Amino acid sequence: METIKTTDLTKKYGNLTAVNGLNLSVNKGEIFGLLGPNGAGKTTTLMMLSSLLKPTSGSAVINGFDVLTQPSSVRESIGMVFQDPSSDSVLTAYDNLKLHALLYNVPLGSINAKIDKVLALVDLEKRKHDIVKTFSGGMRRRMEIARGLLHEPQIFFLDEPTLGLDPQTRDHIWTYIKSLAVRTNMTVVLTTHYMEEAQKLCDRIAIIDHGSIVALGSPQELIRELGGDIVLLKGTLNLDKLGKLPFVKEIKNVDGAYRLSVENAGRNLQELLCIAGDIDLVEVHSPDLNDVFLHYTGKQMREEEGDTVEYVRDMSRASSNK
Amino acid sequence: MNIKKNLKAIYALWYRDFKVFLREKSRVASALFLPLFWYFIFGGGVGTISTVPGNYKHFIFPGFLAMTVIFSSLFNGAYIVWDKKIDFLKEVLIAPPSRSTIFVGKMVGGMTDALLQAYILLFIGIFLGVPFTAKSIVLSMILLFMLAAGLVSMGLIIGSFMESLEGFGIISSFVIYPLFLLSGALYPLDKLAGWMKVLTHIDPATYAVDGLRHIILGASSMPLAYDVSAVLGFDVVLILVGTWAFGKLKL
Repeated sequence: METIKTTDLTKKYGNLTAVNGLNLSVNKGEIFGLLGPNGAGKTTTLMMLSSLLKPTSGSAVINGFDVLTQPSSVRESIGMVFQDPSSDSVLTAYDNLKLHALLYNVPLGSINAKIDKVLALVDLEKRKHDIVKTFSGGMRRRMEIARGLLHEPQIFFLDEPTLGLDPQTRDHIWTYIKSLAVRTNMTVVLTTHYMEEAQKLCDRIAIIDHGSIVALGSPQELIRELGGDIVLLKGTLNLDKLGKLPFVKEIKNVDGAYRLSVENAGRNLQELLCIAGDIDLVEVHSPDLNDVFLHYTGKQMREEEGDTVEYVRDMSRASSNK
Repeated sequence: MNIKKNLKAIYALWYRDFKVFLREKSRVASALFLPLFWYFIFGGGVGTISTVPGNYKHFIFPGFLAMTVIFSSLFNGAYIVWDKKIDFLKEVLIAPPSRSTIFVGKMVGGMTDALLQAYILLFIGIFLGVPFTAKSIVLSMILLFMLAAGLVSMGLIIGSFMESLEGFGIISSFVIYPLFLLSGALYPLDKLAGWMKVLTHIDPATYAVDGLRHIILGASSMPLAYDVSAVLGFDVVLILVGTWAFGKLKL
């Protein structure tokens, strides 16, 4: 059963088309990933799905409600964790959660019990009465995830849930999300930069570039579709000859190295290397989601770069939020 | 059911504003001391040359009640730009309550903050010897409540259009001080030159100050009913514009 359906969903800012005729359908209980380079339109899409942003054209139906005509019902059905911290840092975790519970009409008698429950879920029950300002970035994110779950949404949106977090916390959060989705049959839609995250967590992913879906399927499917193996070559190469080899399906220049998509590299590697030219470096691997991403967007998932920029911005926000 | 839902949302926003208020003791202290400085130093100084009949300090006291409300209400309302900056507003706007409910919640929060300060000052006034009666205390509190409703709305409107905190200085110079200085808080309205007389009559705070003077000191330039209607009219317009502005509010 589909719980999210968009029809030609489009958002334009002047001449810039951020989201271009998106047709998406997500099933109940699914963990769905939106992958794409920076500025691909992932966040804009989430904003429209959550009724915070009006589409320029097209429509979206969330849990049976239209985002344009029934925004209030849409918002009752969803939980959201934003990319940037959106809690009040001068209040305690408890106050932030209580505020949320009241805004979402959680019955007064059950607010405290629910707060305890979600805080336990993210291991923050001991920090319940601490001011959020004293939390680390990871703790604050966990608190906001707990907050998003407090009103037991049908659909949970997470915008880059683990951005800027250390690997351990990231792993922790993945486990939470996965077990929650399984246990409660909640639908999860997340955007991410991390291929590993998408591969481990998502039932299906959509790769978005320039506001459109360029690939859609389960991570395994997408990898299988790509086929063959990846041969990475560095050096002064004889590209003409390489291109004529029948088992070389694609050659891409990525950051000074050549990525060749090769059928059955095990058998064909020797022939390939013989005519390749001066080689400084050879690397062979089976394709993963990174290669899928590269294939469809022509861009590397530059996690490190993205991280630093986001991290610096998070920090400057965090420090100005005092 | 719907009413209960909306009341809970309003309570939520009030709860948050009140918690923030309790944590910002320095701001509250300065908001209380500023009018007292004016009262003692300005009132004491200018009182020696004033031709206002009666005690000049008592004459300007209603003005300082209004001043406290003007400063706190406008700053409080405009503070919503801070919510925008820290992305807290996203959390509020993505919640189910309608924009008008959110507006009312923010209004109640801002008014609580401003009125607590004004009411504390009012009680300090009793000890300073301002001739209050039980009736004039209650009526003053009601009129200050009315003034705060309009001014918090005005602040929220300004804040909802502001993009950054840098605009705060402009509010202070071009909204708060003109509202205060033109309100007749410091001088009688009767003998003013033509252009200034016009400006004072555009300033909604003028009617509140005049009304408070009528209630507390029994002397005013305009009839009390006229003052009260002017303040209420101003409230209605600003609340309507504020609800509209919140509907337009973008992140």
